[in-house]
Amino acid sequence: MMYDVIIVGGGPAGFAAALYSARANLKTLLLEKLFSGGQMATTDLIENYPGFEEPINGFDLAVQMENQAKKYGTEVVNDEVIDLELEGKIKTVKTTGKEYKSKTVILSMGAFPRELGLPGENRLKGRGISYCATCDGSFYRDLDVAVIGGGDTAVEDANYLSRLCKKVYLIHRRDSLRATKALQDEIFKNKKTEIVWDSVITGIDGDESVESITIKNVKTDSETKLKVDGIFVAVGTIPNSDLVKNKVRLSKSNYIITDERMETNIPGVFACGDIREKVLRQIITAASDGAIAAFFAEKHVGSI
Amino acid sequence: MLGTNVREIESKEEFNSHVNENETTVICAGRRGPMCVPVYGAMAQMEKEKKFSEIEFRVVDFDTNAAMMIRTHEKCRNFMGLPFTVYYKDGEIVHATSSIQSRKQIEEHLDEYLL
Ligand SMILES: Cc1cc2nc3c(=O)[nH]c(=O)nc-3n(C[C@H](O)[C@H](O)[C@H](O)COP(=O)(O)OP(=O)(O)OC[C@H]3O[C@@H](n4cnc5c(N)ncnc54)[C@H](O)[C@@H]3O)c2cc1C
Repeated sequence: MMYDVIIVGGGPAGFAAALYSARANLKTLLLEKLFSGGQMATTDLIENYPGFEEPINGFDLAVQMENQAKKYGTEVVNDEVIDLELEGKIKTVKTTGKEYKSKTVILSMGAFPRELGLPGENRLKGRGISYCATCDGSFYRDLDVAVIGGGDTAVEDANYLSRLCKKVYLIHRRDSLRATKALQDEIFKNKKTEIVWDSVITGIDGDESVESITIKNVKTDSETKLKVDGIFVAVGTIPNSDLVKNKVRLSKSNYIITDERMETNIPGVFACGDIREKVLRQIITAASDGAIAAFFAEKHVGSI
Repeated sequence: MLGTNVREIESKEEFNSHVNENETTVICAGRRGPMCVPVYGAMAQMEKEKKFSEIEFRVVDFDTNAAMMIRTHEKCRNFMGLPFTVYYKDGEIVHATSSIQSRKQIEEHLDEYLL
């Protein structure tokens, strides 16, 4: 079966692309390896997506996006894309179970949390090291924890954990936070949190579980030990771009480079959302990218 | 209900009979969260590919009674990250992990502890 558009990844970028593509009467297939909504579906409350006066749960928003895209004819299949042949007029998309052909491909595989890369991290994962505050926060009730990072996720995690934990340290390598103003205001007012500025984590100690961490001040090079029961890692994300390495042009940090039309260096291959090299990675920008990618995919199909 | 592609155990009784009736089984206790869903996904894929056909894969909702045996087991004592994944051989837990695991890691545990 020949498709006009195949979308790889069912986060907000993928579903926005699917909606625009299906509404343009293009034969559209969306392939999602895990569950609809991507990172968005794992977010408890979303307060900054327009149209929802009250915060909306990320999973609920994902269900609505999927249903909306399906309503206009998008076919959604739960399968992982394991290989792509992108050169030429007709593209091939291989999943674990099937092979599909399409005139255009939209890449929206998103991103996943970055690890610290410290010795002992893997051994103590789930025994004091966590990458998801809302998932594991309740195990740390009345304990001392450290959150590593200074962006939206780190500050949001620190604020959230302060409602459960005895003390929350926010370890940040700079002297100012990157998080949005509203989140910063909340953390500065929070009596249970302490921000450790200009500092990076250099070691994790503990046999059966985390007992302490070593932090280094990047300005003075001095190291101190901090007794904590847990560490929440929120140091950004890594793009899911392994699938297209050596197939489309990537930035130094492995994000896909596109033009303003969301097209990659391969004609008929588009990218949208967090996987793309850009400045703001949010649901609204992912959805916007998806709409643009589908719009120009339609033009490409028309030109074949 | 977790609503995954892996069969779900829904009661304590079902849990006990499943563990007793199957020589080798992996049971993942979690929620619908970002650390749990990839583990369910990896299990579903392995089941689909029939690569480990002798092993039964199951999931169980962490917050239900059905997961009690896992939540309270000695081998999960220091666990502070979802999901808790336990590897059973002949009715005994021979290995357990906490938090997200990649498919490669799960396969390594299967090779080391169940096969
Ligand atoms: C904890 C957290 C909280 C956040 N809070 C907010 C917020 O409040 N507001 C906001 O605007 N943004 C928030 N964000 C950011 C927002 O979630 C992302 O910017 C957005 O989800 C990106 O969408 P995406 O579609 O590009 O990628 P993703 O959401 O990452 O989705 C990509 C999808 O592609 C799938 N995929 C990957 N590889 C393959 C493959 N080979 N085959 C098939 N499918 C594949 C993945 O399974 C995934 O479902 C938050 C992020 C996190 C992690």
